[in-house]
Amino acid sequence: MNFPILSSLILLPTIGALFLLFSKDKNSNTGKYVALFTSFVNFLISIYLWYLFDPSTSTFQFVENREWLKGFVNYKVGIDGISILFIILTTLITPLCIISVNNTIKVRLRDFLIAILVMESLMIGVFCSLDLVVFYLFFEAGLIPMFLIIGIWGGERRVYSAFKFFLYTLLGSVLMLVAIISIYWIAGTTDIVQLYELRIDTKYQNLLWLAFFSSFAVKTPMWPVHTWLPDAHVEAPTAGSVLLAAILLKMAGYGFIRFSLGLFPVASELFTPLVYSLSLIAIIYASLVALMQEDMKKLIAYSSVAHMGFVTLGIFTITQQGIEGSIIQMISHGLVSAALFLCVGVVYDRMHSRLIKTYGGLVSVMPKYSILFMLFTLAALGLPGTSGFIGEFLILMGAFKDNFLVAVIASFGVIFGAAYMLWLYRRVVFGNLVNKDLLKIPDLDNSEKFILWSLAIPVLFFGFYPEPLINTIEVSVNDLIEMYNFNLNMYGPEVQK
Amino acid sequence: MNNLNFISPEIFISLSIMFLLILGVFRKNGSSLIHNLSIGFLLITVILILNNPFDTAVTLFGNSYVIDNLSSLMKILTLLGGAFVLSISTKYLKISKIFLIEYPILILCSILGMMVMISSNDLMVFYIGLELQSLALYVLASFNRDQLKSSESGLKYFVLSALSSGLLLYGCSLIYGFSGSTNFNIIGNSMDSTHYGLTFGIVFILVGLAFKISAVPFHMWAPDVYEGSPTSVTLFFAIVPKVAALTVFIRFMYVPFFNMIDQWQPIIIFLSIASMIFGAVAAIGQGNLKRLVAYSSIGHIGYALAGLSVGTNEGIQSSIVYISIYMVMNLGLFSCLFMMKRNDQYFETIDDLSGLSKNHPVLSLSLLVILFSLAGIPPLAGFFAKFYVFKSVIEQSMYFLAIVGLLSTVIAAFYYLRIIKVIYFDEEKEKYDTDHSVWLKISLTFSTLLILLYFIFPSKLVEIVSRINLI
Repeated sequence: MNFPILSSLILLPTIGALFLLFSKDKNSNTGKYVALFTSFVNFLISIYLWYLFDPSTSTFQFVENREWLKGFVNYKVGIDGISILFIILTTLITPLCIISVNNTIKVRLRDFLIAILVMESLMIGVFCSLDLVVFYLFFEAGLIPMFLIIGIWGGERRVYSAFKFFLYTLLGSVLMLVAIISIYWIAGTTDIVQLYELRIDTKYQNLLWLAFFSSFAVKTPMWPVHTWLPDAHVEAPTAGSVLLAAILLKMAGYGFIRFSLGLFPVASELFTPLVYSLSLIAIIYASLVALMQEDMKKLIAYSSVAHMGFVTLGIFTITQQGIEGSIIQMISHGLVSAALFLCVGVVYDRMHSRLIKTYGGLVSVMPKYSILFMLFTLAALGLPGTSGFIGEFLILMGAFKDNFLVAVIASFGVIFGAAYMLWLYRRVVFGNLVNKDLLKIPDLDNSEKFILWSLAIPVLFFGFYPEPLINTIEVSVNDLIEMYNFNLNMYGPEVQK
Repeated sequence: MNNLNFISPEIFISLSIMFLLILGVFRKNGSSLIHNLSIGFLLITVILILNNPFDTAVTLFGNSYVIDNLSSLMKILTLLGGAFVLSISTKYLKISKIFLIEYPILILCSILGMMVMISSNDLMVFYIGLELQSLALYVLASFNRDQLKSSESGLKYFVLSALSSGLLLYGCSLIYGFSGSTNFNIIGNSMDSTHYGLTFGIVFILVGLAFKISAVPFHMWAPDVYEGSPTSVTLFFAIVPKVAALTVFIRFMYVPFFNMIDQWQPIIIFLSIASMIFGAVAAIGQGNLKRLVAYSSIGHIGYALAGLSVGTNEGIQSSIVYISIYMVMNLGLFSCLFMMKRNDQYFETIDDLSGLSKNHPVLSLSLLVILFSLAGIPPLAGFFAKFYVFKSVIEQSMYFLAIVGLLSTVIAAFYYLRIIKVIYFDEEKEKYDTDHSVWLKISLTFSTLLILLYFIFPSKLVEIVSRINLI
């Protein structure tokens, strides 16, 4: 493959953003069409990439390797079965975000689109970089556009939330930078493929693992460093929440699989109980907190914390089912949480309130909306037939294989999940229509229908037929686990001594 | 005669100072001409330096003066910094009614002093250069003599600087007393940590130098002087003398005192950590942008010192890369400050930036880039500067320094974010004037693009700097 398809995926949105930057008019629709066009082309390229992708091997494909920091770091990108799904998720969500700005963003539309497009470039970069420094660069650079998205277009407490988001994430990440540079001096390279083969000396692994963990735990977010997420979600504009929930959180899950398991198997084994405990706390605690929320966005934000708890749990079961389940859960959560935030956005645009008590009885005024909202609610609680089920089921299967008690506790999370999601749905959609203002609001318009259906179709499709997803990731996950176990058997006993 | 060839830049700049002085006497209202001529002379001096052979260290005048890659590169940085300062501050000086012939001449004098400092290989030569640049700087700080603050800052700088020069001189005399020579190489050979006199001498010299680069705890003068001086002088203070003083710092530590690394390394690590933390914490409460720049420059010097403390060539190189990128970022930041002008009045508090992004999108975008770069967020140049420093720090397993340094970037990020918040999230105020000089626009565009696009060719600067090897 000579054509640098991954680099063009990364660059295309930025080129679109540059084009917007130099365009004269600031609020017209032309800018939106440009942005939509670039992101849609990017989506098509990524689908084509999936078509070209060979799922029968776990070696990295479409690799590009260019000299960058001389004699030190190469710009290296490539994908395997794990990363390609996240790239497609990114390229799918971004155009939907851009369509959704229609009703939500009233001021400085052009700047918003630029921020979204730059964000897309950086997110794709995160998922295909094969060098730790390049990864860090993309991972951190995403803070800048997200900070602006929350801060400029956010709600009332936007400044506080933007600062909290930025500083929390930065604090977590600087330790990862120390770890990355240390890895360079320990192993002589930051190239992930080479590091997989070189194996990092066992005595360094624990500290390095913790440094990476500090960054990913904040980003996931895991309890107790999850507090930035509800704030950021609540204050961000709809499109910002969607990007945050659907893709940004997945960077950490992806990081756990790619780096924590791949580079530090001995330490991962050692710290599995820690991750289990934090994940279980996140699942139970976040679910209980979600039950108490008055604000719809906050409720969904806490549900994200709980769902990401499942993801981290699944990853650290280190079983085929667990990791596959986690990846599918991340994809599914990416689609479902995006859809839920968009659903909240739909009614927020009409009523300018996110409080649950404002609503009630929406089914009679917005029947189409109610159907779609129902579908996503059920997907969020993992009803069989939706993609949410596949993920949760596989994760629990993996967990049962590894640790019975953990799996049992996690299963309670599923019940709680059903409780808060259904209760939310009941209070918003069913019941008596008390608030008379609700009578005036229209049902979904065409663009909203289009966005929600574009998310609903994959949710249902992969719910009934997850084969394409599993096929894509199977070999990569299998080889990852094999490599993990091999390393553990080679070097593990030293730890037990 | 051969010796004179190598110091042709210094000779040229001395002659041009004299020429400009005479010209100033004979031409009434010749400020503009002298201003432009001095920029031209600075650039010609750069060419003269480029004319010198690279990659060979030449010692002159009985081994008291050295021309090597370090000195040539740092001289070029100083001269270019000076030329940029002169070219972008014209309008500011005119409006502040201090557009006088003495201004460019004083800047040339101090640059001459710095060039001598940078090339010195002897305590005496070093001290002459240091005093020449300091004297010119005292006058510059109080250049706006009708303003109380400016005179105060000049006086304050003079008194404290004289004190530190005294300490430095005392250190020099101790070194001379215990090693028997003022020549760096001879001192280097006679270094022996059993001589407590030498250790004392090093400490005194360190204190003096730390004062010149405003490292904590010898930073007290910086915020007041930065705030009180005319903005163009603040810009000069923030970049040019720092480059020169850091070079001297490097040369002192790595040529005469290198054998005593065990003695000075902990001191520099302390200076570095204290500067990084203090620079980050103290800047949080500042409302005046010039004071804030003072604190941020204290913090940035901490990072440059972290590179210096390592004791390897890579460490020196990373520290020089850091200071070069820092120069560009400050140049951009001050270009923005010079643009905050309404009806012939300059504004310099953070609140004056409120809602800037709505009226001046391009200026705000540049500020955004510069501030995120100062905060060290990738993929901007400031990140790479920090990255190289910490790369060399971690190579020597100095994890504590690295972690403290990176954590203080998080604190520092807070106050840079606060400015960005004011620019982007707050309500707009009145528009600023847009009739900026071409040079100002060029320097802002140049620095912003350099910071923004640094990641495309990150190796170029490092390649140049990697030719500096002192050990």
